[in-house]
Amino acid sequence: MAFYRTLSALQGDLFSGKTTCKQVVQDYLDNIDRNKSINAFIEVFKDSALARAEELDGQLINRQPQGKLFGLVIGIKDNIVYKSHLSTSSSKILTGHRSIYSATVIDRLIAEGAIIIGRLNCDEFAMGSSNETSYYGPVRNPHNQEYVPGGSSGGSAAAVAADLCMASLGSDTGGSIRQPAAFCGIIGLKPTYGRVSRYGLMAYGSSFDQIGPMAHSVEDIARIMEVIAGADDYDATSSSVKVEKYSERLQEKSTYKIAYYKEAIENSNIHPDIRSAAMKLVEDLKSQGCVVEPVSLKELDYIVPTYYVLSTAEASSNFSRYDGVRYGYRAEDAGDLDSTYKKSRSEGFGKEVQRRIMSGTFVLSAGYYDAYYSKAQKVRRIIADKTNEVLSSYDFILCPTTPTPPYKLGSHQGDPIAMYLGDIFTVQANLVGVPGISIPVGKTEEGLPIGMQFMTAKFQEGKLLSFCNQILKG
Amino acid sequence: MVVDDKLISHLAELAKLEFSDTERVEIKKDLEKIFSFMEQLNAVNTDNVAPLIYVNDDVDVVREDIVDHPITKEEALSNAPIHDSDYIKVPKFVTHRS
Repeated sequence: MAFYRTLSALQGDLFSGKTTCKQVVQDYLDNIDRNKSINAFIEVFKDSALARAEELDGQLINRQPQGKLFGLVIGIKDNIVYKSHLSTSSSKILTGHRSIYSATVIDRLIAEGAIIIGRLNCDEFAMGSSNETSYYGPVRNPHNQEYVPGGSSGGSAAAVAADLCMASLGSDTGGSIRQPAAFCGIIGLKPTYGRVSRYGLMAYGSSFDQIGPMAHSVEDIARIMEVIAGADDYDATSSSVKVEKYSERLQEKSTYKIAYYKEAIENSNIHPDIRSAAMKLVEDLKSQGCVVEPVSLKELDYIVPTYYVLSTAEASSNFSRYDGVRYGYRAEDAGDLDSTYKKSRSEGFGKEVQRRIMSGTFVLSAGYYDAYYSKAQKVRRIIADKTNEVLSSYDFILCPTTPTPPYKLGSHQGDPIAMYLGDIFTVQANLVGVPGISIPVGKTEEGLPIGMQFMTAKFQEGKLLSFCNQILKG
Repeated sequence: MVVDDKLISHLAELAKLEFSDTERVEIKKDLEKIFSFMEQLNAVNTDNVAPLIYVNDDVDVVREDIVDHPITKEEALSNAPIHDSDYIKVPKFVTHRS
């Protein structure tokens, strides 16, 4: 069965009467059934998706389709809330949690004609890079099910790659959209911090978190961004900078100045196939007239430690809300109130989440705050200043999305640091607040996807998307 | 950084977590690794650098102070694991001192 790879192709067929929303949803539901082993969905909203499709088909019959995303079948990461639907962030501690409101992004998608087909598996509370920390079991990479799909938005990436939905929403705190997009061979955008409202996204690291789209085409990424981006009264960090018409800029052709980190590409820890893919892209861009130059970032090694100090600190504070009292899992017969908190949290949170809460508690605790937390905030400024400086003289920074291709399930368990270092190229965009995108550029010898990342200056998503479209369309 | 039992107990108390003896051995080992990983930052000279707290320029953006997105009492109670028609229930935590 052939699935639509762009929303415009789907809408063409819908508007000319070649297919219906109900048929399209049914095709995805059937494909989800056939691909249960990937474990991408925690829950498929079968009934509400079909009912929604019929409602949209009614608009078609009256020749009045409403909305920019009319007919888009989209999945949402399980940490984005949708009114009256369960939402757990793949954690036991939110067992049975049914949201009493919808995230701003969900309201905006629905208002523009999208169909929400289900909630997608992820690492528990978005903490992980392989989708193995989910309470609902690991997601498998559709390109080879012995391999991880990446994380934390592993279900969001795998579902798009396997044609279980047209597009998805993920969230990215340190690479959680871009890394799984790279591992699954699709496109994933982490927008500028503040570009998309975080209202209704379960908080992990509040100064890093962003919701972003994942899809097969740059065009769809652009169209979804036009809908979900923009100021929101319910997120004080959402920006009032005007949202561009990203999709109208896609045909722009231009030559740009691009920087790449020599250390990142020539490093011996980079998988050889990824290194040669990066070098090839550098040469291709040069031959198209771009200026591509090496720059150095001597703070590269400090990016991941800085991120782990700050993100765990923010998480430990954010996660105090999970108390076993107001929502989710509560330990039975705990005794007194203090034990209710402790037992509910210890039984409800998985290992990686507990590790990060303990780390964050430590860096914020009296006696260690200055040496760890304040120190990391200062290093964050140095990294941000240097990155912004590079981006003031170059249009883009190019580097591989990941140092390695997807690895086998279970192979990175037991060594948290090894897992953390996989985020080395993605974390920078979150520390600085700039947008980053991963695009597929080919496969390794074993046939596993390779992703390349471009970062650009804040609020330059329009330029970033038109450039990526130019690369992918040749 | 040596992570000892005292520190684990202190952090666990602050974080409202508890660990069995086996878990304690594991978390101690993990935290030692994580803290020394974080300590790499000591090599960066941060004299005269101010901490970065907000990455964007616009801060303290607030909306008009008008009630919006109200929820009903039933909705507010709907997710609490133990509740009656008016209140969320927790174990007794105020004790009478005689």
